Amino acid sequence: MTHPSDPGPAPVLALKDISKSFGAVRALRDVSLELFPGEVHALAGENGAGKSTLIKTLAGVHRPDAGQVLLDGTPVAFHGPGDARDAGIAVIYQEPTLFPDLSIAENIFMGRQPRRALGRIDHKATHAATAGLMRRLGVELDPDRPARGLSIADQQIVEIAKALSFDARVLIMDEPTAALTGSEVARLFGVVRTLREQGAAVLFISHRLEEIFKICQRVTTLRDGAWIASEPLDGMTEDDLVRRMVGRDLDELYPKQDVEAGEVALSVRRLTREGVFTDVSFDVRHGEIVGLAGLVGAGRTEVARAVFGIDRWDAGEVEVDGRILTNGAPSTAMAAGLALVPEDRRAQGLVMDMSIERNIGLTGLRTTVRAGLMDRGAERSRSLDWAVKLQVKYARIADTVNTLSGGNQQKVVLAKWLATGPRVLIVDEPTRGIDVGTKAEVHRLLSELAADGVAILMISSDLPEILGMADRVLVMHEGRLAAEIPRSEATEETVMAAATGRAAA
Amino acid sequence: MTVTAPNPAPAAEVPKSSGTRLVDRVFRMRELAILVVFLVMIAVTQAGNSEFLSEQGIKDLLLNATILVLVATGQSLVVITRNVDLSVGSTLGISAFAAGLYLQDGGNPVVAIALAVLLGIGFGLLNGLLVSFGQVPALVVTLGTLYIIRGIDSIWVGSRQITAADLPDGFVDFGSGGVSAVPYLALIALAVLVATAYCLRQFGSGRELYALGSNPEAARLAGIPVRKRILIAYTFCGALAGLAGALYLARFGNVDSSTGNGYELTVVSAVVVGGVVFTGGSGSVYGAALGALLLTSINSVLPALGVSSVWVMAINGILLVLAIAVDRIVALRVASALKKRNARHG
Repeated sequence: MTHPSDPGPAPVLALKDISKSFGAVRALRDVSLELFPGEVHALAGENGAGKSTLIKTLAGVHRPDAGQVLLDGTPVAFHGPGDARDAGIAVIYQEPTLFPDLSIAENIFMGRQPRRALGRIDHKATHAATAGLMRRLGVELDPDRPARGLSIADQQIVEIAKALSFDARVLIMDEPTAALTGSEVARLFGVVRTLREQGAAVLFISHRLEEIFKICQRVTTLRDGAWIASEPLDGMTEDDLVRRMVGRDLDELYPKQDVEAGEVALSVRRLTREGVFTDVSFDVRHGEIVGLAGLVGAGRTEVARAVFGIDRWDAGEVEVDGRILTNGAPSTAMAAGLALVPEDRRAQGLVMDMSIERNIGLTGLRTTVRAGLMDRGAERSRSLDWAVKLQVKYARIADTVNTLSGGNQQKVVLAKWLATGPRVLIVDEPTRGIDVGTKAEVHRLLSELAADGVAILMISSDLPEILGMADRVLVMHEGRLAAEIPRSEATEETVMAAATGRAAA
Repeated sequence: MTVTAPNPAPAAEVPKSSGTRLVDRVFRMRELAILVVFLVMIAVTQAGNSEFLSEQGIKDLLLNATILVLVATGQSLVVITRNVDLSVGSTLGISAFAAGLYLQDGGNPVVAIALAVLLGIGFGLLNGLLVSFGQVPALVVTLGTLYIIRGIDSIWVGSRQITAADLPDGFVDFGSGGVSAVPYLALIALAVLVATAYCLRQFGSGRELYALGSNPEAARLAGIPVRKRILIAYTFCGALAGLAGALYLARFGNVDSSTGNGYELTVVSAVVVGGVVFTGGSGSVYGAALGALLLTSINSVLPALGVSSVWVMAINGILLVLAIAVDRIVALRVASALKKRNARHG
């Protein structure tokens, strides 16, 4: 490993030959990492490559089985998150860890409040210090406001303020941009650059490769828990990085097969739900992948929910293979051969504490029942079958779903619905928050399903995905269908123009 | 999901330098609301029965509330950490009997009170250890200790009974005496209440109780000693239940094996009516104390107005449901108000 542009400062924090196992799973094997002051360092790897374990080791949550954590060159042992914090390491987790009932000021200084005589908290100083931090970050947040109700972006600002408040020398950010809009990302990057200029070391994790190239100087890649490379990003291409992460040249990310479209499978006519979407009509044919694009909040997910019967519609009609669906009845939709893979897999797609086997089995409860009792054997073989088909990576089929990485969880949701043998499949953001390798697999799978005659409606905010996978693109704008664009004419420009309401339908 | 408090108009910007804190103001509004309900109730009663607020009337009102206020104060700490202690009634009963037995044999009243408190601390520690280290839901653990302590009490006390005649005169006088209309017992409760509120607000460990009730996982990641804090909350709750036992003895002079039976539910009602959110993280001991005052006063108000006391339970229940409904509605409003503020801040 080389660090060319470093005129020789010592790493502020380093991992040396770290190994960590959870039961039989080896999460990290002899991983090394060096963080220098004044650099933003990317940590790249697919889901399940060991990034989270590495972060938690740096944060003092996990203790390594072997290897050393070096702070300023001296080995240290963190016995808990408090130790790491006292050493100047701040972690901003994927899901913000705030106290909703407490004020922003208290959130920032919890456990380290400025004190007056007799150990009493100095509320005034806490308030003033918080106001100062907010000024430094250039944001207007009232220090006395409770954290409840803050947007994800503002929650992240509070987390960053927390890191600033104890002059963190190392800032670790785990997918900070996953839930942010473009302008919020820009603001965040501004803050990160400032921190770097002030001499902090930043470890940055993101699935968005372009962000890595935008803000980071060096990158360390992990694959299956092993260290692959640490190198400067200068001169690297996205393809190089993907190759490191996946370990092979990525087969096409969008392996779309050309399929002759068949009969109309799903027909939505003048569907309206008051105040949510209006007069939405479209058809999806067997063998076709139809992309549903639009800005967040345009009503795409809402249309999908109504079609599947989760929400009621006020006017219009939905037909699956000529059968008219009952308003607000998911069970008739399922019986007609409709399946919906929801956007939020944690909240809507999976029972996180249940096993993989049971989760996949949930949609088959009707078919795997014998004489009124569950046929556990049938459930298991059905689940195993699908888990294998989709190449879900797991230790045992009886493991709970929350032990899986994000990409594998998504595969389980897919398996659960594919096991019903759907004729029409609606997928909502099928690859959000999952890594490139799994993404390509999900795309291959969708393409194969279409080739088998399944009609697919794919909602996605990922434009390249829409353009790469869809035979036709429907674009929604403020609750209405704004455009229908055939594959040949679909470009980022035409889709975005329709999505932002700049083009006539 | 539940903030307990009405939000001041969302447009009202808090002056940055003043000591007024939005979060606190919001809590005070909640407490103010209970206080208003309480005062209106008293005023109406006084109008209907001018004897109600005589010196003796006020004294009775305060005396009745004292014991509930004490136990509710301790319970609030536990509820704030997103736990609950259902064993307080049993603890109160057994401590009262222990203190009584000691006094019956000619013991010193101060030592008797200390004995009751120590007993309470012991049971509080037991609950705290089981909940924090056993990682068992508090509702189940303390339901268990409720029966265990009550069982020990029943075996130990049997059919024995302590009456005022068994107690030293000074102790009984202390229980019913006071400075004009304010009973000594109420002064003790007030002192405990103010001290607790001060510690919760002014010391790091107090704020940490709120933090870990608000988001336990975040509390762990922030390096807060979660188990230790839960242990402290339970121990304190037990200590106050013990102290309440001793004061119960002084006030009523009559203790048997069923003393404090079912009291835990009254305590939890008072705490929730007082605006301490059952899912942890918000509320104040002042609110809980006001809730206790409100609930006990209904017992005196209804007879004074000539309403049959059979209504007391139903009214307590209505108040409880109302309090939760109001909290929920207010929470939703606060959430949307905060969102609007958010939007303006971009």
